Amino acid sequence: MPSLFAVLILLLPFLFSNYYVGLATQIFIMAIFATSLDILVGHTGLPSMGHAAYFGVAAYATGFLYLAGVKNFWCVIFLGMGLGGLAAAFFGLLAIRARGPYFMLITLALSQVLWGVAFKWRSITKGDDGLPGIGRPEIGMGLNVKPDLSFYYFAFAILLIVFIAIFILVNSPFGYALRGIRESESRMKALGYHVWLYKYLSFIFAGIFAGASGVLWVYYSGFVNPSNLGVDLSVKALLMLILGGSGSLFGPAMGAAIIVLLENIVSGLTERWSLVLGIVYVVAIMVFSEGIFSIVKRGRD
Amino acid sequence: MNALELRDLSKNFGGLRAIHGVSLEIEAGERRAIIGPNGAGKTTLFHLISGFLFPSSGHISLFGRDVTKLQAHQRAASGMARTFQVTNLFQKLTLFENILLGVQAIQTARFCFYRPVKSFREMLRETDRLLKEWNLWEKRNVQLKNLSYGEQRKIEVILALATKPRLLLLDEPTAGLSPAETALVTSIIKGLPREITTLLIEHDMDVAFDIAERITVLHFGSILADGSLEQIKGNRKVSEVYLG
Repeated sequence: MPSLFAVLILLLPFLFSNYYVGLATQIFIMAIFATSLDILVGHTGLPSMGHAAYFGVAAYATGFLYLAGVKNFWCVIFLGMGLGGLAAAFFGLLAIRARGPYFMLITLALSQVLWGVAFKWRSITKGDDGLPGIGRPEIGMGLNVKPDLSFYYFAFAILLIVFIAIFILVNSPFGYALRGIRESESRMKALGYHVWLYKYLSFIFAGIFAGASGVLWVYYSGFVNPSNLGVDLSVKALLMLILGGSGSLFGPAMGAAIIVLLENIVSGLTERWSLVLGIVYVVAIMVFSEGIFSIVKRGRD
Repeated sequence: MNALELRDLSKNFGGLRAIHGVSLEIEAGERRAIIGPNGAGKTTLFHLISGFLFPSSGHISLFGRDVTKLQAHQRAASGMARTFQVTNLFQKLTLFENILLGVQAIQTARFCFYRPVKSFREMLRETDRLLKEWNLWEKRNVQLKNLSYGEQRKIEVILALATKPRLLLLDEPTAGLSPAETALVTSIIKGLPREITTLLIEHDMDVAFDIAERITVLHFGSILADGSLEQIKGNRKVSEVYLG
């Protein structure tokens, strides 16, 4: 199955038009974002409603750095992921103590603060006009990722690296402890685990990987605006997890594919695409509470 | 040395005095049961000892070390393990993963995030050993929620043992079990090595008298009586409030 996917991804540009290569690139980037959120939602059991904050912080950093002349990808992604992690380290201090719906509200409120700053601080961020004119980065090694096609392969390579890193993370003793916390915090405490610290660190890891997706997104789309920090994006990532199923790498990636395709196809047909998405959301919750792909799994068992 | 020492421990919830002036010494190697009628404060006392609640006043020491201000996980790390009255396990994880989390809890590797669990041979071996020792090997890949209630109560105790505690706190380990299952869990507890000091809360008098050598009777948050099995059986105050 995975090898089939790999072949499909390698051949896709030869079978479909440039438009679909662009969509696939978006899917790769959103898959990184959704998977980073899944560390919190699927593994630790923390439903964050403000995950766009870490995506957006890295996105703005990428924009500012590009306009200041910093075009080296490795430099920028290192900084972007660092800033994503740093923002999470700061917000985590405030959010981790809360539980359930309170945790959701606090993460939502904190991300909206950043959105507000980006929206209002026009002299720096240009408000909702955003920062346009951001080009593709330089990655050295004699490679050029400026054309859409090579950027497509490059985004896929980064997706693979992030997936391997997250795979190792969630299968480590640390990752097992996260799922223990999801199942029973009090039992984990009784066993001697420092529950708060695990939650806090998982929050930071999620922020770091979200940062990677934010950097790639800006290089792909060519501009930054406050919606990169907004609640729309945070909720979209949660929807990807609900649709694709959380707790795996495959699920969030499939969720990302569904949302990106729906968004682009339906928005071509009607302006009320968010209404369609709303209906999809309700149906998904009612019918596939463990994700659409739980059906595939059930069929296999 | 005393495994556990409580000095003048009190806990108030608003105006309610749940625990009032409890002093208790449990010697290392002892098996002690705390009994008492409903609402006597047994579970509150357990939460105070294990760090899930903090006392309004008084002191708690564990093997001679004052742990009054330590958090639950810190107390667990200094050799205390507890079970729960209402089964508290990792329901969506497999039995193997449940026990592994217990084994891993006392390893420095528990924070390791860059190496798969599969590469920690010793942890896996210890988990396998526990599963075989307790006749659970065949069920290691079963999701915990699919095991019977009786098995889950047994796993409550085994998970606590996986952290190699010196003091084991058991909160009604046989709650809700059939007579046959009760006998099984009781025999597990009685078969534990003597190095593990055991403090048991029990509602079932027969179980308490079967396992423990000394009994402490709690009534309205204070100690009513404390002594050997015979002393407790012969105590008139105890029969009045508890045995009826």
